[in-house]
Amino acid sequence: MKFVDEFRDPEVITKTSEEIRRLADTNRHYRIMEVCGGHTHAIYRFGLKDLLPSNIELIHGPGCPVCVLPMGRIDDGLSIAQQPDVIFAAFGDMMRVPGTQGSPLEHKARGMDVRIVYSPSDALKLAQMNPDKHVMFFAIGFETTAPSTALTLLRAKAQSIHNFSVFCNHVTIIPAIRAILDSPDMRIDAFIGPGHVSTVIGCRPYEWIAKNENKPVAVSGFEPLDILQSIVMVLRQLKADEARIENQYKRVVPWEGNHAALRAMADVFELRPYFEWRGLGFISQSALRIRESYAEWDAEQRFEVPGVRVTDPKAAQCGEVLKGVLKPHQCKLFGKECTPEHPIGALMVSSEGSCAAYFNYEHRKTAMVTSIASVA
Amino acid sequence: MNIADDESPVLESSPPIRFREPQIEMAHGAGGKASRRLVEGLFAPLLFASASEPLGDAAHLDFNGTRIAITTDSFVVKPLSFPGGSIGELAVNGTVNDLAVSGAKAEAMVVTYVLEAGLPTPVLEAEVRAMGNAARRAGVTIAGGDTKVVEHGKADSMYITTTGIGRPLHGLKIDARSVRPGDKILLSGPIGDHGITILLARGELDLEADLHSDTRSIFPLVEALVNAAGPGVRWMRDPTRGGVATSLNELARDCGLGIALGEEMIPIRDAVRGACELLGLDPLHIANEGQFLAVVAPEYADAALNALSLAPGGEDAQMIGEVREQPSGAVLVTTRYGGSRIIDMLVGDPLPRIC
Amino acid sequence: MCLAIPGQIVELFPDQPNAALIDVVGVRRKVDLGLLQDDLPVKGDWVLIHVGFAMSKISEKDAIDQMRTLRMLGEAEAAMQEVEGYGLDDAENTKAS
Repeated sequence: MKFVDEFRDPEVITKTSEEIRRLADTNRHYRIMEVCGGHTHAIYRFGLKDLLPSNIELIHGPGCPVCVLPMGRIDDGLSIAQQPDVIFAAFGDMMRVPGTQGSPLEHKARGMDVRIVYSPSDALKLAQMNPDKHVMFFAIGFETTAPSTALTLLRAKAQSIHNFSVFCNHVTIIPAIRAILDSPDMRIDAFIGPGHVSTVIGCRPYEWIAKNENKPVAVSGFEPLDILQSIVMVLRQLKADEARIENQYKRVVPWEGNHAALRAMADVFELRPYFEWRGLGFISQSALRIRESYAEWDAEQRFEVPGVRVTDPKAAQCGEVLKGVLKPHQCKLFGKECTPEHPIGALMVSSEGSCAAYFNYEHRKTAMVTSIASVA
Repeated sequence: MNIADDESPVLESSPPIRFREPQIEMAHGAGGKASRRLVEGLFAPLLFASASEPLGDAAHLDFNGTRIAITTDSFVVKPLSFPGGSIGELAVNGTVNDLAVSGAKAEAMVVTYVLEAGLPTPVLEAEVRAMGNAARRAGVTIAGGDTKVVEHGKADSMYITTTGIGRPLHGLKIDARSVRPGDKILLSGPIGDHGITILLARGELDLEADLHSDTRSIFPLVEALVNAAGPGVRWMRDPTRGGVATSLNELARDCGLGIALGEEMIPIRDAVRGACELLGLDPLHIANEGQFLAVVAPEYADAALNALSLAPGGEDAQMIGEVREQPSGAVLVTTRYGGSRIIDMLVGDPLPRIC
Repeated sequence: MCLAIPGQIVELFPDQPNAALIDVVGVRRKVDLGLLQDDLPVKGDWVLIHVGFAMSKISEKDAIDQMRTLRMLGEAEAAMQEVEGYGLDDAENTKAS
């Protein structure tokens, strides 16, 4: 696969990890946070931790739009779909996320019309193909995905498709990063920046991280060589006592961002004054809602929504894991009450949630290493 | 003994079940962890005489010295017909393959059709014709069957159940408990063709690819393997629902050892890979209907692989890994550059993702 | 938010300027080009696809540059070690004395 396989070249990966070892000061313990859940997933999928020296610690950030969605919002979306002749359409990522009465898939088993879509435009097409039903698209995602939802709404309005609405849960990345840096228990040395969000917002929005917080940022792609090169970049900056924004993902990320995408978003969305993030609490100006001009396609305006706040069980430490304060296995419920099979929190359901990633890919490796070490 | 004295009339032994879930969910039929819990926790204690043997694809029974292999399976697939096959072929090949990987040659089958009222006759005819052709190709007699019709909306057009019997091959002892560290793992061909074909055929994702299901009888390949390496064949399985990852995890659990796979050794077609990358799926979790895994003692492994790759339809066979002490009960996949990950069986069916 | 794949534009639709057919090693799907309307790609271009929308054009030049940089990693280091191995420093000191 072009533009994929080159960045998985084993020889170059080995070389790059040797360079990382050369650059990492053995007297220092580095804490590098990858913000985006997609990077978390890639790190586990490609086994990149195996290639890093032990004094480089990768901290998983809160950039998982499924993980940060409060349970109440899932309940709200499902309650709309309870109405007769409503089709609940969402990405596969949402299908197993538990609401208080079960996940969308469980609702499907009980008779709700639930469809998996790959694209918001597929949800719109579903509406066109089912004129006597209403299709409600449960939208999630950071700025990577929001423009596609925006364009879809633009098209729905332009084509006068009225049996379609969006339940909007889009969130923005910068407030999440700010919440991490403002957190007193956090010490992060550098960031691996979210590559695909940056194709939309560009690299400028991160400049305050370097200027005000004095932390290097490398905006990174998602292949093994991208992530490893980003680590090389931030290590070099840390060694030279610098703090800049670097664009590692140049082949795809424009420094100024994507104006057409930003325009579409501005046309359709506005910032909510505040929004609740699971684990991080209420953050102001951190989420999008649909503008009045598109009210007819806003599921929250067309339908009655219970809007009940559902708090996570006290024992679940989703918040601390989201912020990177705790590692997944340090949560008291990890692997016991909370597993991918019966997840308590969304970090265990979402394939890019650090708990699920850790459980599925890692924790038996740790046990294996431990058992070998104890035998040696 | 007086009946009145007998305080407890002969009660049927009713062992407790270990299955704690309040109701059946879709995941229980997906072939992964939930399915295993249902079978091991509810069916096994109540139905199976010997609770200690690992559950296999088929049972080998002894009737006064005559050994017979028997298996049963049901087929529920949407759409009924897809590139490369249809439910009728899946039913025959699936049964033949279950017998094959248990080390038996399928001889005969009986079939039950559960049909939905309103099913158009041409549709039924096409499936029955496909079944007949597949049975002839596989050299299997269809000895009889049953039909039921249920109300419209109750059977997804049709469900097919088959029960197949076969003749165990000589000199073969398929048993997970005989697997040893150092044993090699062979795979007969590229993975993911069937599952991705079905996913695309459903039409919901608007993807097109030049792919078709790999449904076929694998018996000729199994026979070639057994002829070349019979004494060294420890275990076989056809990785259907849940994919290679699920089958190997079952093995790892049953033998208490670890499975180590080399990622670049696993054969996969470009289009399957592309679809998986696009949808965020792992090919190791995708269903196959014409492939099998075999664990072979190291001294027989080369002969085994050679025999497979020379047999018609086995050209893409590969050695994909080996058995190790660790990680005990788990499957580890390693890349060429040394990065590794554990791969588990899924809870339900693989779902596309965008994150 | 992050799963995006490079695909090549293999077909455009004259009556739908904002749509294109992309190919990812033989898998094809119609994608929406609306986010690239300021600089529409043409047949043969590679784009990054996320949820059925093209997000960005992929620069082959930047990809090649990146790989070249990575391949050279450690070469400067190796070159340095080789030069040190020549013992030139000793020769200099000897000469100076």
